[in-house]
Amino acid sequence: METNVQTKETTAKKVEKKPLEKVLIICAKGAIEDVYAALVMANGAVMEGIEAKLFFTFFGLDAITTKQMNKLHTGTIGNPAMRMPGGLPFPTILGMLPGVEAGVSSMMKSQMEKLDIPPVDEFMDMITAGGGEIYACKLATDMFKIEMKDLSEHVKDIITIGQFYEMADGERTQIIFT
Amino acid sequence: MGQTVIAGVSVDLNDEGYLNDPSEWNEDVAGEIAKEEGIELTDKHFEVLHYLRDKHIAGEQLTIRKVGKSGITDIKGLYQLFPGGPLKKSSRIAGIPKPASCV
Repeated sequence: METNVQTKETTAKKVEKKPLEKVLIICAKGAIEDVYAALVMANGAVMEGIEAKLFFTFFGLDAITTKQMNKLHTGTIGNPAMRMPGGLPFPTILGMLPGVEAGVSSMMKSQMEKLDIPPVDEFMDMITAGGGEIYACKLATDMFKIEMKDLSEHVKDIITIGQFYEMADGERTQIIFT
Repeated sequence: MGQTVIAGVSVDLNDEGYLNDPSEWNEDVAGEIAKEEGIELTDKHFEVLHYLRDKHIAGEQLTIRKVGKSGITDIKGLYQLFPGGPLKKSSRIAGIPKPASCV
């Protein structure tokens, strides 16, 4: 094969792209899949050098409440995509039985651990280590009577949605709602 | 991108500037690629690079969590060593493929 020797300058030549610079991610739900969707997106952003801010509101607050954050569950009722191991449909009536939701949730967590996806608090460690910031919604904390002392050490502040929007400055910023 | 001479070695690069063949890598090649990324390599950098290469050659999928638990550096340290892309940049400098994991 003919060898086309180029100079090293050409290795630096790249197609001109305009990458995303900042993402603001809002998580309003507290099921495992909702919280992890937000965490994976935030962590993925900081890993790519994209600034990331996370805003937890309503039931999403469970993800940053010290007592709850590592005990999240996934709902076993009313989820048509829920399957039994092996792929058969998961009967909703089964999801009502005591312990089933906990069992399904711990199974999901163990599957994620196998993929090196950490528990919630460690995931937040990773995100903040990369410069990501985590905020709680003022309205929702007032509503659920949650104070800063109830929240994870990773939470930077309790802020209003207006303050969160103010962070969406810059041209290549996206707001994502899960 | 094809064959490119880096630090006097002709290496096969893909379109994103990653080495197609990790065995073409040496520490001088790493130093040159690091310069392109704006990084001056220290001993700590090389510890991470060798760790990544060993794990890659062992067939393990790499994540920043794994590097953070390697005992070489924590995740915060990894971000400081390779700013703006801890796993992507370190993998490129280590001469291994672009990481395919989401964490």
